[in-house]
Amino acid sequence: MGLGIRIENLRKVYDSPAPSTLGAAGFSFGPVRSGSRNGRREKKKKTEILALDGISLEIRPGEIFGLLGPNGAGKSTTIGILTTRTEPTSGRAFVGEYDVWKQQVKAKRVIGVVPQRPNLDFALTTREVLVFHGAYFGQSARERNRRADEQLEKFMLTDRRGQMSRELSGGMMQRLSIARAMMHDPEVLFLDEPSAGLDPQTRLMLWEIIRGYGSLGKTIVLTTHYMEEADELCQRLAIIDHGKIIALGTPQELKSSIPGGYVLRFRFDRAPEELLRQIRELPGVTEVHLAEPTAADVYADRGGPLIGPVVAAAQSAGSEVRDVHIQEPSLENLFLHHTGRSLRE
Amino acid sequence: MNWKTFYALLSRDGHIARRNLVMVLVQILLQPLLFTFVFGRVLTSGGFMRAQFKSVLLPGVISISMVIAGIQAVAMPLISEFQFSREIEDRLLAPIENGWLAVEKIIAGMIQALVAGLVVIPAAWLTMGGANISYDHPLRFAGFCLLVSLLAASGGLALGCSVGQTQIGLMFSLIMTPMLMFGCVYYPWSFLRPFPELQYAVLLNPVVYASEGLRGTLVPQIPHIAGPIAAAVLTAADFGLLAIGIRKFKKKAVS
Repeated sequence: MGLGIRIENLRKVYDSPAPSTLGAAGFSFGPVRSGSRNGRREKKKKTEILALDGISLEIRPGEIFGLLGPNGAGKSTTIGILTTRTEPTSGRAFVGEYDVWKQQVKAKRVIGVVPQRPNLDFALTTREVLVFHGAYFGQSARERNRRADEQLEKFMLTDRRGQMSRELSGGMMQRLSIARAMMHDPEVLFLDEPSAGLDPQTRLMLWEIIRGYGSLGKTIVLTTHYMEEADELCQRLAIIDHGKIIALGTPQELKSSIPGGYVLRFRFDRAPEELLRQIRELPGVTEVHLAEPTAADVYADRGGPLIGPVVAAAQSAGSEVRDVHIQEPSLENLFLHHTGRSLRE
Repeated sequence: MNWKTFYALLSRDGHIARRNLVMVLVQILLQPLLFTFVFGRVLTSGGFMRAQFKSVLLPGVISISMVIAGIQAVAMPLISEFQFSREIEDRLLAPIENGWLAVEKIIAGMIQALVAGLVVIPAAWLTMGGANISYDHPLRFAGFCLLVSLLAASGGLALGCSVGQTQIGLMFSLIMTPMLMFGCVYYPWSFLRPFPELQYAVLLNPVVYASEGLRGTLVPQIPHIAGPIAAAVLTAADFGLLAIGIRKFKKKAVS
């Protein structure tokens, strides 16, 4: 049975830019405070960056949980703190019953980590990376050799087993990182942007593997900025922006929490102003925009049920519906709703 | 303390050292061999240097080979593993306190430094063709070898956690070269008497005690700093550097 995770009022202030954001595009924080706490040594000002602003969260045992947010939102910092790699400025983090920053070794034993950038042991071959990882976790020679071969097979790396890990392609390194994290069968698996840089086919394979691991009762925490991924894979989600949780719930709950989450695009043979006015007055419709000369975007709290009334309105305005496309409520719309910004910005 | 993990980490370093054995041996041996050949053989047989110079040179060459091998074995991988990709996390996530990983690096570095010293002795002795070595104090010699290897490995840890990849060249010209030239490697400390300021300034360099200590055990007929003093200062330097190195490592291990 997987272990639960609890974080209490986590704050993290970096003295210099967060390691994960060095060189990464889209870092969105400005300096929050210039360090004048050194009194006389004010000349040597440090740039302090607030990465986490008091996050509290509980993840249930056996849950596949997603942290969704744009670059620099604090996802990697949260994962870093839970995996003993980033020390929190204040607050506490628990994996199972272990306080991560007081019982580091016990915590390390039950977690598996897939970092944002592959931090493989580049002095070893693909297979050795797995075998030595097993050895660090106390597996017997027989067990670690058997498991390493299984993992290589599962992640389609068997033909690269003798190749130096530094010579692998980016996607293969990513696969090897995930194989390594699962090598010691951890109760909690952390994946930081697991599908970044993977081709669509490998991404599907990865989702299968994550679902399979979750079905064994393991707890899985992943970060992503792909909404499809969060939607497809996660049982519950937290949406993070600027170091704060702005929404929490199942993907379905989150999506239905926004008013007028549906967008219907109608194409008419012609779209007179009278028609748009009539659609605007239909029940459930919040906004109507003319997208093209003969196409209108209808924002509403329902999808299919609106088609009949719109067709009727078109007829009475002397027009005809040629095409309709319904866009269901999405996490993209949700993020837009909560922050006024698109996730991809 | 988790011995299984510690041993696995150590075998990982051993595995890599064995894989690169030829390269490592060339790296350790080439410089001292050429040096002892030119200065200990060519110049002495040409009459530019006295034959006694061979006996001065041998302990110095052992000491500097150990120091360089130990520093390189620990510092170079650390510098690259702490870079952008943070390769070191592959091992930091092993179920053991971060400080023990630093200790493991030290042990692995000490072993490589000791191997370097042991390989250089016969090699240098052969290329020079006979220095007058004393075999009277094998235990004292072994003790100094341990102290020197710990100096090299803990120095490597401290350097590896302080220097960035872009500053490696600077590290060699700013730290390694002066340490080598003013480490009493090629001359006994007493030869600096005509330069009193320099003679006292070089006492800050721990390599001086390494060379002089080994000189005292291997070629006692050459003037050298008294053994107990050299041993005491080396021990202090070892533990000082060890403490600094482990502290820096632990700090650098987490962001």
